[in-house]
Amino acid sequence: MRIRQLLVAAFMVLLVAQGAWAESLTVKGSTTVLPIMQKSVEAYMKANPDVDISVSGGGSGNGIKAIIDGTTDIAMASRFMKGKEVTLAMEKGVYPVPFAVGIDALVPVVHPTNPVADLSDTQLRDIFAGRITNWKELGGPDKEIVVISRDTSSGTYETWEEKIMHKDRVFAGALLQASNGAVVQAVSKNRYAIGYIGYGYLDASTKALKVSGIEGNPETAASGKYPIARYLYIFTNGWPEGELAKFVMYLLNPRQGQVHVKDAGYVPLY
Amino acid sequence: MIRMGFATCAFTSIIVLALIMIFLFMEGVPIFDVYPVQKFLFGREWYPTADPPDFGIFPLLVGSVCVTVASSAIAIPLGVMTAMYLAEIAGRRVRAVIKPIVELLAALPSVVIGFFGMVVFAPFLQDAFDVATGLNLFNAAVMLAFMSVPTICSISEDAIFGVPKDLKEASLALGATHWETMWRVILPASLSGISTAVILGMSRAIGETMVVLMVAGGAGLIPDSIFDPVRPMPSSIAAEMAEAPFRGDHYYALFATGIVLFVFTLAFNVLADQIAERHKQVGAATL
Repeated sequence: MRIRQLLVAAFMVLLVAQGAWAESLTVKGSTTVLPIMQKSVEAYMKANPDVDISVSGGGSGNGIKAIIDGTTDIAMASRFMKGKEVTLAMEKGVYPVPFAVGIDALVPVVHPTNPVADLSDTQLRDIFAGRITNWKELGGPDKEIVVISRDTSSGTYETWEEKIMHKDRVFAGALLQASNGAVVQAVSKNRYAIGYIGYGYLDASTKALKVSGIEGNPETAASGKYPIARYLYIFTNGWPEGELAKFVMYLLNPRQGQVHVKDAGYVPLY
Repeated sequence: MIRMGFATCAFTSIIVLALIMIFLFMEGVPIFDVYPVQKFLFGREWYPTADPPDFGIFPLLVGSVCVTVASSAIAIPLGVMTAMYLAEIAGRRVRAVIKPIVELLAALPSVVIGFFGMVVFAPFLQDAFDVATGLNLFNAAVMLAFMSVPTICSISEDAIFGVPKDLKEASLALGATHWETMWRVILPASLSGISTAVILGMSRAIGETMVVLMVAGGAGLIPDSIFDPVRPMPSSIAAEMAEAPFRGDHYYALFATGIVLFVFTLAFNVLADQIAERHKQVGAATL
């Protein structure tokens, strides 16, 4: 976790402790959407000092579960709700309302020193299914590939499974990490690792691979050329009202929240 | 009146424990209606969200056992010897410095230790041993040893310190050296306390979640070497519990994993009790 995220979290704990009188909202879920939410919440709370918004990650599955259980006001998700989850929500009398907030390119990443720069989607599938196990087969050094995947609660994992793995399973030897940040950490510390992250987490510590010759970035994701793009969502329980509605409107506003979507490295929708 | 108060406290904790146990079994057992026990315990495939899912926890179980054994192998000698040193050899001044430092280790939040393992120790392991990944069994064992050393050390030290003075003096008076006294008299005399310390330390290692989640690598494989990534049971429970649909098969399977973990820890404690009982020091004569 980055120091800044920790500081924000600590700051929020203080805020919650200090003012029970203030309007308070909670946001949980996808670590892919997290950077957008943190930037937006910081700016929103600056403009509205009497509102407390606490944000935490944990993965899309956790966010969606929290909205169904009523333990959060907003769920962040890097995938749409599954049929099973909708059924569960209905049974509990929760009516989840989705808002798309941006588009993300999911990028495969390797260590910056890795000479491999481009992989086809079949190659990626074979790597993650454990059929290609050495970088030599891909034009790299004669070293074992260390495959890093997200755990099953991640929307990023589900997108990867849907768009790359198809019917294959990610093999049991893959290292599972709990957040985008952890994948970045693991890949940046291991010269023979490969992982995948939301575009917003891409920085100099890892190197993005092209997929079948197409670079994953906001432009190619928006135009539909890049094969592993997906929408980012937030969900509320029922149509938002009061402070919640104001905050959601803020996120969707082209001159407010959507600017943060762009700052976080994703594609704004409006 | 005071007696009543204490009795109430005692019974409350027993009742709470019983309720938690009942809950654990209630939520875990239903998985066996759809997935046979045999396959659950000895299945090699853990794909809880696949369709159809596989709930074989054998690799997780082996991962947990390996991590615990490896971390104990590091922590027990380290903890007990530190305790011996502090209680018997170190001067009062040295002791006053070292003891709080060791105990401070226990105050480190597990997430900090996990982070250290992830960003500092993992790359070091990769370079030093030329292994594919530093996020592995050995890394987890070392980090867990960090966490259990203070427990083992401070409880053992109390036990060693509690050995009656006359035992030691008698031994020295018979002409035994300080070393012989420590090894042959003080250690056996405090074995009951030390075994409790060791078991508490091991329980901490087997149940610890955050560290294994961060540094064990999370691969559901049966490890071939100490440098293979593993996925211990608590790490699976922590990573997946929040997403598992309430009262779905995955949820039941995670609780069943919890039962297995509970049985393990219980077995440990019973064992500790046995050892403590056998080596109980009731007077100078039992040595």
